[in-house]
Amino acid sequence: MTAIPAVPLPVRPRRLDLSRPIGFLRDHPGAAAGAGLLTLMLLISVLAPVLGTIDPRALSISDRLAGPSSEHIFGTDQLGRDLYSRVLYGGRVSLTVGFFAALLSCIAGTLVGLISASFRMLDGLMMRIMDGLMSIPAILLAIALMAVAGASVQNVILAVTVVETPRVARMVRGVVLSLRELPYVEAAIASGSTSIQIMFRHLLPGLTGPIAVQATFCWAAAMLIEAALSFIGAGTPPSIPSWGNIMSDGKALWQIKPELIFLPAVFLSATVLGVNLLGDGLRRALDPKSGGGK
Amino acid sequence: MLSYTLRRILMAIPVVGVVAVVIFSLLYFTPGDPALVLAGEQATPAEVEQVRASLGLDKPPYIRFVGWVGNILQGDLGSSIFTRQPVTYMIGQRLEPTLSLVVFAVLLSIACGIPFGVAAASRPGGVADRALTAVTVVGFSIPVFVAGYALAFVFASKLHWLPVQGFRPMSDGILPFLRSLTLPAISLSIIYTAIIAAVTRTSMLEVLNQDYIRTATAKGLGPTYILFRHALKNASIPVITVIGSGIATLIGGAVIIENVFALPGVGRLTVDAISHRDYPVIQGVVLLSSAAYVMVNLAVDLAYTVLDPRIRY
Repeated sequence: MTAIPAVPLPVRPRRLDLSRPIGFLRDHPGAAAGAGLLTLMLLISVLAPVLGTIDPRALSISDRLAGPSSEHIFGTDQLGRDLYSRVLYGGRVSLTVGFFAALLSCIAGTLVGLISASFRMLDGLMMRIMDGLMSIPAILLAIALMAVAGASVQNVILAVTVVETPRVARMVRGVVLSLRELPYVEAAIASGSTSIQIMFRHLLPGLTGPIAVQATFCWAAAMLIEAALSFIGAGTPPSIPSWGNIMSDGKALWQIKPELIFLPAVFLSATVLGVNLLGDGLRRALDPKSGGGK
Repeated sequence: MLSYTLRRILMAIPVVGVVAVVIFSLLYFTPGDPALVLAGEQATPAEVEQVRASLGLDKPPYIRFVGWVGNILQGDLGSSIFTRQPVTYMIGQRLEPTLSLVVFAVLLSIACGIPFGVAAASRPGGVADRALTAVTVVGFSIPVFVAGYALAFVFASKLHWLPVQGFRPMSDGILPFLRSLTLPAISLSIIYTAIIAAVTRTSMLEVLNQDYIRTATAKGLGPTYILFRHALKNASIPVITVIGSGIATLIGGAVIIENVFALPGVGRLTVDAISHRDYPVIQGVVLLSSAAYVMVNLAVDLAYTVLDPRIRY
């Protein structure tokens, strides 16, 4: 089927050189802005307890739907919970889901892609399975998984991993197929290296760049899927304040108190934007066509 | 042509088969006893047994799978645990808003995305090109439902140009029908338009470097004529491909956006089914959406031969 076509790279892909991160960020202002945004969001989430927040789940019936005040900077929701605290703590869920879903789908996708490209017997079968998974609209596959597995943060990570793995696998397979034609891999085969040695010692280092780029896309996609799942009530359990859950709570009142949706949305979008900008910078740095570091 | 068509159809079958196996086997990932979980906490043992029997969970998986596929081939997707109605009937009742929304969004995205991409390619680094980069970066960072609320807030809640929520069927008149779908369709189109425009741009840039374009310019043809009549047709294959593969994003987005604009479509049905853990309904929706995606992409594959007569394999 017409999945993402695996375009063989014309030249050997650049390896990702992160020994000089400062130099990379200086050469790519977009990526630097992205890294800055992401760092800011990470700091806000990690330091939430010391940033003047109160218990994000604490109910206060007398303070329901309060406007912004010195006590509640962003006001409160319909149960009197402090919106500022909820938004700050909410970042923890999004970033955790994004990070682990990206990590797990990159590990699983890389293994599937490497095996598929290295053992032609398995290639047809594995790629048909990946095509089948990619034919299910991502959010619907995640919904179906959540419906059977039940609401929990782990299950959201699992569902997003299942959704993202085929995309990583397709990409890795495409890169490996073009890497295999290069002289150094042929030399390794000729000198009698085993398939496992070739996969992990010779092919994997050439894959780090494309995988790093893909990881940022998975991370961004994972945070958006978590928000969408929580928004429709099929994601993070409602008791945990995640950005998706805060927006889900806000949907009944969006005309009266739109900030219940728009405030968490600004934080979520800024985080996703940061990850996307960082990924775009990495992609440009690795693109053999865009000469040099610029 | 006939053998190409047949081969494409044959290639789609294993994909649909994998989709069926995935959707079928999901139920076995339920922690604990699926019948107990799906029947709910207050269910009596008799009710649990009824759910078990209605899902066929009392039979071994392979027998259940064969029976399930057999039923699907006869147009039977099972019955809802909650309403006891046939799933095909429930989905059929909700099809009009969803199909209208998806078709509207697809047409809107193509109508905006292709000229946008052509404009960006005609002057790389120009205003349109920069605007495209901005729309792409921002579009990919905003959840579709937030875009929906933002549009509803500005154009419905504040400016009162369009209805805030709700759906008017086509039988109520074409204008109210289109007005009720405009905001949801725009929200859905943002990412899809950006994808189509980006691919159009890349594909056009490659074509514009070719000799026959220079010949056309040398002949004294106008730039608009060259862009749309000479270049776009040859640049169209990747664009058609991404229109097909992007449908999956659009279907997924429709499920979410229907809940923002209170459209009584398949997306609302799905969300209601989640709250009732009505797995047969979710299964049916996922299966039909995936089948729709596979069919659209089959049509895309067949469209290649019309657009590029060289494709014959």
